[in-house]
Amino acid sequence: MRFGVVVFPGTWSDCDFHYVVSEVLHQPVRYVWHREHELGQLDCVILPGGFSYGDYLRAGAVAGRSPVVAALRDFVTRGGLVLGSCNGFQILCEAGLLPGVLTRNECLQYRCQSTHLVVENIDTPFTRGLRAGQVLTMPISHGEGKYHTDAETLARLKQQNLVVFRYADADGRVTKASNPNGSLDNIAGIVNPEGTVLGMMPHPERASETAMGGTDGLLMFQSLLGSLVEDGSFLKR
Amino acid sequence: MKVRVLVRLKPGIMDVQGEAVKRALAGLGFSEVSDLRVGKVIDIDLAEARPGEARARVGEMCRQLLANPILEDYTLETVDDLAPREVAR
Repeated sequence: MRFGVVVFPGTWSDCDFHYVVSEVLHQPVRYVWHREHELGQLDCVILPGGFSYGDYLRAGAVAGRSPVVAALRDFVTRGGLVLGSCNGFQILCEAGLLPGVLTRNECLQYRCQSTHLVVENIDTPFTRGLRAGQVLTMPISHGEGKYHTDAETLARLKQQNLVVFRYADADGRVTKASNPNGSLDNIAGIVNPEGTVLGMMPHPERASETAMGGTDGLLMFQSLLGSLVEDGSFLKR
Repeated sequence: MKVRVLVRLKPGIMDVQGEAVKRALAGLGFSEVSDLRVGKVIDIDLAEARPGEARARVGEMCRQLLANPILEDYTLETVDDLAPREVAR
């Protein structure tokens, strides 16, 4: 599976994703500069975390209008896979590729900590190797991760089962105490109706080797690898 | 033509930044502040002399980038001179 890792001025998790894909998964990967238009030959494009354009105006606002994101729209239309983590999730929302917006954490603190995520939707290439209700442990590292959307969109997300991860306790119970940023409905990650564009605040690339303190993030990458079919399409289930 | 854009969080959206500033003011003795919300001012100088046209263009800028319609409202002011009337030193 051919991966691309997008780099904006201010991106910081690009090397981590590149390392996991090349050194842990042993898959081909290349960096994609934010001015590039050409995403052909790639199966999965990763939008990593960081502070693209210094979070100027709003987190992800400027990056969401960059040339590579314009190209990403065609890439998504053609059925390509996109994983946005942290600032990548913010960019996907600002670009309108996912609904809603990420706002300032309710606690006002930048939160850098381990979180538990309960898996809600396994009908995506990113999660098909997981069990519904499975609890994953992954770190977060953000100041603006509180997911917000209007009541109508939230109802649609729930009805179409587009919420993929919710913050939970170690037993998978979705509680207020386990919500690190005040996110609506404890939402930590959502997907588009086609199941091809996933945005999440936690960092799977920082939980992909035992030496990092956990390997639950790797389960998502392994799901992805197992979903690629010879004709270039992806399995959902 | 100069246009001033005021971007504010919509009513009902919790302004955690405003809350923090309000608390800091209370700490300085300004306990009379009952509500405080932080917004943004964006001053734009553009090569368009007709106020209506300038406002239309800036409105389009707001819709495409300057404001996020999920969270924020915006208002436009066309002004001849954007220099502040009162300068505090």
